[in-house]
Amino acid sequence: MFGYYLDLALHSLGRNKILTALMVLAIAVGIGASMTTLTVVHLLSGDPLPGRSQAIFYPQVDADPKNKDSSEPLDMLDYRSALDLWSAKRADRQVMLVQSTVRLNTDDAGKPAVMMPMLSATADFFSMFNVPFRYGGPWSEQDDAARARVVVITDDLNQKLFAGENSVGRVLRLRSSDVRIVGVLKPWRPSPQFYAIRGGRFAAGDTSDFYAKPEDVITPFFTGLDVNDGNFQQFTCWQMPAHPGHLQDSPCVWVALWVQINDATHVAAYRRFVADYAAQQQAIGRFTHSGNTRMRSLMGWLDFNGVLPSNVRLQAWLAVAFLAICLVNMVGLLLAKFLRRSGEIGLRRALGASRAAVFAQYMVESGLIGLIGGVCGWLLTMAGLWFIRQQPVAYADLARLDVPMFLLTFVAAIGASLLAGALPAVRACRVVPAWQLKSL
Amino acid sequence: MDILPILSTLRRHKTTAFLVIAEIALTCAIVCNAVFIINQRIERIHMQSGVDEQRLLHIALANIGVTKDDKARRAEDLAALQQVPGVISVASVNQVPFGNSSSNGSIKLDPKQRLATLNATDYFGENVTQTLGTQLIAGRELHADDYMDMDQVVNAAAAKDAKGIPHVTVITQKMAERLWPGQPALGKQIYMSDYAFTVVGVVKELIRPSIWDDSAASYTMVLPVRVANNEYILRVDDPKNRERVLKAAVAKLKEINPHRVVLKQHLLSNMREDFFQNDRAMTGLLVGVCVALLVVTALGIVGLGSFWVAQRRRQIGVRRALGATRSNILRYFQTENFLLATIGIGVGMVLAYGINLLLMVHYELPRLPAIYFPVGALLLWTIGQLAVLGPAMRAAAVPPVVATRSV
Repeated sequence: MFGYYLDLALHSLGRNKILTALMVLAIAVGIGASMTTLTVVHLLSGDPLPGRSQAIFYPQVDADPKNKDSSEPLDMLDYRSALDLWSAKRADRQVMLVQSTVRLNTDDAGKPAVMMPMLSATADFFSMFNVPFRYGGPWSEQDDAARARVVVITDDLNQKLFAGENSVGRVLRLRSSDVRIVGVLKPWRPSPQFYAIRGGRFAAGDTSDFYAKPEDVITPFFTGLDVNDGNFQQFTCWQMPAHPGHLQDSPCVWVALWVQINDATHVAAYRRFVADYAAQQQAIGRFTHSGNTRMRSLMGWLDFNGVLPSNVRLQAWLAVAFLAICLVNMVGLLLAKFLRRSGEIGLRRALGASRAAVFAQYMVESGLIGLIGGVCGWLLTMAGLWFIRQQPVAYADLARLDVPMFLLTFVAAIGASLLAGALPAVRACRVVPAWQLKSL
Repeated sequence: MDILPILSTLRRHKTTAFLVIAEIALTCAIVCNAVFIINQRIERIHMQSGVDEQRLLHIALANIGVTKDDKARRAEDLAALQQVPGVISVASVNQVPFGNSSSNGSIKLDPKQRLATLNATDYFGENVTQTLGTQLIAGRELHADDYMDMDQVVNAAAAKDAKGIPHVTVITQKMAERLWPGQPALGKQIYMSDYAFTVVGVVKELIRPSIWDDSAASYTMVLPVRVANNEYILRVDDPKNRERVLKAAVAKLKEINPHRVVLKQHLLSNMREDFFQNDRAMTGLLVGVCVALLVVTALGIVGLGSFWVAQRRRQIGVRRALGATRSNILRYFQTENFLLATIGIGVGMVLAYGINLLLMVHYELPRLPAIYFPVGALLLWTIGQLAVLGPAMRAAAVPPVVATRSV
């Protein structure tokens, strides 16, 4: 029967091409707009460390004397607190990290020096965040302690400087220091750049920069502090720092600390350790208060910072509302189309077709419109994502259709048109055969 | 025109009537809010900066770090830039309008106040207002003898020595009005980190470099502090020359020290464009959505109207046979559409208001101005009437003889 209904549906769609085109267009545009924006939402709100994120935490203590127990602690740590918590090694892995802008000299290649973002982190960074290596590997904890002049670079920078060859052992000049390359990453593009997120609550929804690419140059934490001394930026200070750019003993917060706790039962213990640390610092007079320590999980921290840009969310709502209007429109057009054939329906019913058979026939027709609309909608989605990739936003390069969203495009298109077709099909199968036959 | 027969017909065609009403209502709700957001964004894009945008250039060099000679270097750079033909004023600054990076401070009216009155941005740099071209509306500009060097201020702040901190400031009119509504600001004092500053001048407008709250976009103060951050602004005599002057200025700086990295070199007008890039993209998108929505709605009305006319061919024929003129029939369908549109608009307005309330909570949008309701209604009525015209004309063309067939 399905084959016969499909045949009827094709025939019926061909009969009034303009009406068919209108319906296909409505569903295609609605699906195209919704899927473009939903794909962006999907890509930007995913878990950047699937399988690992629930074990990653962001401890916070509050050294700001202007704050109180009731205030939210500052988004980053002061140097002393970060160093104390990190050195205690109470978690399975712990990473201190800080970002800065460094001058990369490539005089030997005859190119001018460039300024580029640099990440300085302790050795656990790579194992904790599952960072993949193409050549070489991470540095060791001894390198951290010895302030070894080593560096890991990204695939992007390796392509730019060394045409993608194995550059392990080569030397880069960061400001006035020579650092040896020990590792080259595989392409690595976490979404968002989770380890660097902070200050989302001050961003007024404009958070697209949270989706920037990782830094091209990664040095050991203390090496970075030496090499780029004088060029560090604070998140904020409660007093003017004595030496701007050199923040080790400044009244400023500027260091991020991440810890990995594999065993869920140890989380509470670590939380207590952070609270105890703050209480002890208050006891020795370094903190004015200690009641507002925090330790959010990775996803909790992303939520707290509202990482999804508000423009993206607004666009998604708008697109879904647009799809709803397209559907209402389609209900009307299908109703017109089906009931115009009341005579034909009456004849089929009189010849013995059941109501269910008539209903099924019209649902097949609606589904077919949905399928064609889905194909057109998929093309529009590809066009929409291409358009987003041309925009000057940090997440532009992420906007690509993945398999689940590709499948959802068709499920949504067919589902929407079946939904739109249900009411007209019910009306069609309620046609009273005798009335229609009389008027034929 | 008698409305009662139309109402009784509509009561018999609840589904179709409901669909038209739903479509108009949803479109009305979304288009009203979308147009409102568009207007908000356009207003933002045209925000006044208070500076001479067409004649300003911005150059930022990489900060080589704290060195002993940075003051000497600044003096040398400024002198060299001043020599570039076409430059009328130069300043070494800490931030620029539309630069997206700013220094901000909490302002109190009374040092004992627990919470700050407002948060304002601070521009530093000798000659900064003169170079930016802000308009002084009261008091005086900052003088050379008001100025102190940044490193001395930092040391004085570390030693809690109020003498080493500047004690005058120039603020914007909007900030003055916010702090002392209806009173002259000159001579009044504000407090930042427990230090008092006396307002000696008020400028008409000077925008913040980064704006996270539009209502605070012009809370700006200028402090007499000399900075050597390797960041310069230049004002040229003629906007036509600015590209040439920018190139010459960068070349001049490179000539002084070829090893310095030029981080940024911009025309301020381009910085403004980049600054509002996001708003512009969103505006384009929203306009597209509105047009698409209105087209889809109009097509829906055409489709349903045609169906309705086809369904009632015989009824129309009977009316024509009983003496109704063509214009009676035309008027009938137009009135019917008007009624449906009116109900749809009524429901749509309530929906629009609801969506606006949601947006006010989640996106900090202001309340939808009342003017949107009549304008939105007029627009949808017009679109409804235009869309129904085709089907209505076809209805009017039904000949009376139809009534006699197949009865």
